[in-house]
Amino acid sequence: MPHVQVALAAAGFRRYATYRQAALAGAFTNVVFGFMRCYILLVVAAQAGGSVGGYTGPQLVSYVWLGQGLLAVVNSWTQLDLAERVRTGDVVADLLRPINPLWTYLWTDLGRAGFAMVTRFIVPVVVGAIAFGLYVPRHLLTYPLFLVSTALAVLVCFACRYLISLTAFWMLDIRGVTMFWVFVSGAASGLYFPLAILPGWLSAVLWVATPFPALMQAPLDVAVERGGLAHGLLVTGGQLVWVVLLLLACRWVQHNAVRKLVVQGG
Amino acid sequence: MAESGVVAVYARVVGAQIRSQVQYRGSFLLEVFGSMVTNALDVATVFVLFSVTGGLGGFGGTEVLLMAALSAVCFSWGDLVMGNSERLREYVRTGMFDSLLLRPLSSLAQLTAITFALRRVGRAVQGLVLYVIALLLADIDWTVGRVVLAVLAPIAGTVFFASLFVAGATVAFWWIESGEVANAFTYGGRDFTSYPSTMYGGWFGDLFTLGIGFGFVAYYPSLALLDHPDPMGVPSWLHWCSPVVALIAASLAALFWRVGVRHYRSTGS
Amino acid sequence: MIISASGLRKEFTVTRKAGRFRRERHVVSAVDGVDLRVERGELLGYIGPNGAGKSTTLKMLTGVLTPSGGEVTVCGIEPVAKRTTLARRIGVVFGQRSQLWWDLPLGESFSLLRHIYRVPAGDHATRLRQCSDLLGLDEFIETPVRQLSLGQRMRGELTAALLHGPEVLFLDEPTIGLDVLSKQAVRGFLAELDARGDTTVVLTTHDLADIEKLCRRLVVIDHGRVVHDGTLDELHARYRSRRTIVADLDTPWPPNLKIPGAEVTTVEADGRRVTLALDGLAAGQVVAALAQAVALRDLSVQEPQIEDVIARLYRDAD
Repeated sequence: MPHVQVALAAAGFRRYATYRQAALAGAFTNVVFGFMRCYILLVVAAQAGGSVGGYTGPQLVSYVWLGQGLLAVVNSWTQLDLAERVRTGDVVADLLRPINPLWTYLWTDLGRAGFAMVTRFIVPVVVGAIAFGLYVPRHLLTYPLFLVSTALAVLVCFACRYLISLTAFWMLDIRGVTMFWVFVSGAASGLYFPLAILPGWLSAVLWVATPFPALMQAPLDVAVERGGLAHGLLVTGGQLVWVVLLLLACRWVQHNAVRKLVVQGG
Repeated sequence: MAESGVVAVYARVVGAQIRSQVQYRGSFLLEVFGSMVTNALDVATVFVLFSVTGGLGGFGGTEVLLMAALSAVCFSWGDLVMGNSERLREYVRTGMFDSLLLRPLSSLAQLTAITFALRRVGRAVQGLVLYVIALLLADIDWTVGRVVLAVLAPIAGTVFFASLFVAGATVAFWWIESGEVANAFTYGGRDFTSYPSTMYGGWFGDLFTLGIGFGFVAYYPSLALLDHPDPMGVPSWLHWCSPVVALIAASLAALFWRVGVRHYRSTGS
Repeated sequence: MIISASGLRKEFTVTRKAGRFRRERHVVSAVDGVDLRVERGELLGYIGPNGAGKSTTLKMLTGVLTPSGGEVTVCGIEPVAKRTTLARRIGVVFGQRSQLWWDLPLGESFSLLRHIYRVPAGDHATRLRQCSDLLGLDEFIETPVRQLSLGQRMRGELTAALLHGPEVLFLDEPTIGLDVLSKQAVRGFLAELDARGDTTVVLTTHDLADIEKLCRRLVVIDHGRVVHDGTLDELHARYRSRRTIVADLDTPWPPNLKIPGAEVTTVEADGRRVTLALDGLAAGQVVAALAQAVALRDLSVQEPQIEDVIARLYRDAD
C-alpha cells in the first residue's frame, strides 16, 4: 500500500485516539442502549413464538449488540469536516493539494473507523456476550466476510456523507439535508429494528433501491448468518456495488463542484 | 426579592433567546419540522414492534399507547426546557460560562433560559396531543385522584427529564469530553420509558425502573390510571408517587449543579 | 477598603501523560498567596506575564472561581458565597467573553441588562446617555452584536458593565486587539471614569500605554505571587531603570574611555554612536564630561522606558 494512504489512515486513527474519554463515554451509552433494545426484541420474539422477522433469540442478541458496536464504526451521524471547510472556503486548500480530497478524506475516515473498531466496537460486543450470549456463526468463512462487509459499510457511509458535504457547494445551510440523512439512515438502515419486520415490499424496496441497508443491516445479517452463507455473499456483493456507484457519484459531483468554484470564484 | 420579579426577568431572558433563534428563519422552521418527525418516528418504532404480536410486555394496544404517549410528552417537554443543556459543554470549554456567573441571577436559572429551544415546541405540542388521545382511548375509570394524576404525571415526568438533562450537563464541569454519558440516560431514558417496564429483565431492568426511577415517568402512572396491578409486584400505592420522585430528582440535580459550579475551572482564555 | 484579599490561593490539578497509558496528576498553583488591598476610587493596574495568575485572581475576586485558600472580600462581600449579591455591585469586562447577546442589537442587550440588574429606568437612561456620549455608541446601537467590530463591541461591553452603576469595575485586557482609535477611546473613557472618582477600577493589561496613561498604582504578579506593589516611579527605581544618553561622534569611541557617573552600554556604527546609561547624576554633568572627552556631533537624552522595566521584570521572573 502506498505510503500516503497509510499516513492518512494513521492520522485519522491518532486523531480519535486522543479523545479516549469521549470513546469511553460513547461506548457506555452504546451499552445502555444495547441492554434496552436487547430486552425489548427478546420479549417481542418470545411473544411471537421464539423469533422475530426470522431471527431467533441468540441471533437477535448478536443483531443488537453488534449493531451498537458498529454504530460508531460506521458512524453515520457525524458529518465530515469537509462540509464546514466548504462553508468557510478552506476547501480551496484541500483542492490545491496534489492528492484528490476524496481519497484524503476516505483514508482518514478509514483510520477513524479502525480506532472505533478496537474501542467502540469491542466494548458492547463483550458486554453483550457476557450478559446474554452471542450467536456463534456456523461457518468459519462468516468471520472474514463480516469484516469485509463492515469495511464496505464504512465506505458506503463515508461516500454518503461525502456527498452530503459536497452539497454545501450549492446550499448555504446543509442542516436540512443532514437532518433528513440522520432520520432515514437510522430507521432505514436497520438500526432501530431488523428491516425484516417491515412489510415485505417495503424492505425489498429499501434493499434494492437505497444504500441504507448496506450501512448496518448487511454486516449484521452476515454476522448472524441470516439466510446462510449464500445470502451473506449476496448482500456483501450488493454493498460492493453501492460502494462503486457512490464513489463514482462523489467524483462526478466533486468535479462539478470544482468547476463551479473555478467559474464563479467560490 | 419578589418571586414574580424573578419570573419576569427569566421571561425576558427567554424572550431574548427566542428572538435570537428565530432570526435564522429557514433553519428554525426546518428544525421545528425535524423535531416533529423524530417524535413521530419514535412512536412509530414502538408500534412496528407492537404490530409483530399485537401486545408488548403483557399490555394491549391502548395501554402501550398510553405509556408511549406519556413518555413522549414528558421527554419532549423536558427537552424543550433543558434539552439544549449540552451546550453547557461549549460554555465550559470556552470559558463563556463566566458571563453567567457574573450576572445577578442564579446560574441554573440562566442555563435554563439559554438552553430553551423553541424549535422543539412543535414536538412538545405533538406529544401533548398524543397524550390526550391516548387518555381518551384508554379504558380509564375516572376518579378525582386519577384526573389529578393525569395532570401531574406529565409535569412530574418533565421535571424528571429536565433534572436528568441538568445532571448530565453538570458532568461537563469535570469531564468535558464525556458528554455522551448523559445521552445514555436522557435519550436512553426516552427509549426506556416508551415501553412497559415489564419488558426489561435482570438487574438492568430493576436499576433503570426503580434505581434511577424511570418507571415513575410513564409506566407506574399508567398503571395507576389504568388500575392495573404491576406484574412485577410493586405495591400499587407506589404507582402514584411520580411527583415525589420528580421532586427528589430535581433536588439531587440542583445539589449536583451547585457542586459542579464550585468545581468550575474557567479555562479557555 | 473596597477590595481585600489575604493569602489568596488557587490550585488546579492537571493530569499529564507519562508514558503510553499512565497519567500523572500534578497540582499547579495559579495563584499562590496573593495579598491585595484596594481603596475606594483607586485605579489599579494588575500586570504580569502570561500565565502569572492575573485572570485567575480577577475570577476569584468576582466570584467566578472558588479560591483554594485565603480570605477575600469585595465591597465587604465574600464573592463565591454571595455571588449574585456581589454581581449587582461590580461590573466586569473579560476580554474575549461577551456579556452581550450575540444575535440581538446592542441596545436590546442593554435593556435586557437593565431588567436583569433591576436598574430604575431613569438611572439606566442617564448612564447610557453618559456612556454613549463618551464612547460614541449611537452609530451602532441598533446593530446586532455579531456584526460589530471588535472596537465597537468593546465599547458596548464597557457600557454594559457600567449600566447598573457598579462600585468596582474589573477589566481583563480591555484594549487587547483593538485598533488605535478604539484604544484611545477606551483609555480616554477610563481616565474620565477615574477622574470622577466614584468607581474603583482594577485593570489587567499587557499594553504599556495603558499602564503609563492610566495606572497610578501597579501590582505586578508573577508565578502567582505579588512581586511589586507601588507606583510606576517606584518600579523604575527598584529596577534601576536609568535615563540614557545617545551620542553621535565624529571620531570613533576610544575603547577604554570612562565617563564618571555613566556606564557605556552599547557602541555601534564603527564606534561613532555610543549609548550611556546615567547613574542618577544630572545629565548636564555627564554631557559636559562627554564634550570634553570626544568630538560630539549630535546628542539626545532619553527617559527610562517602561518596556525595559517590564521586560527586565519578566526576564527576572523566568
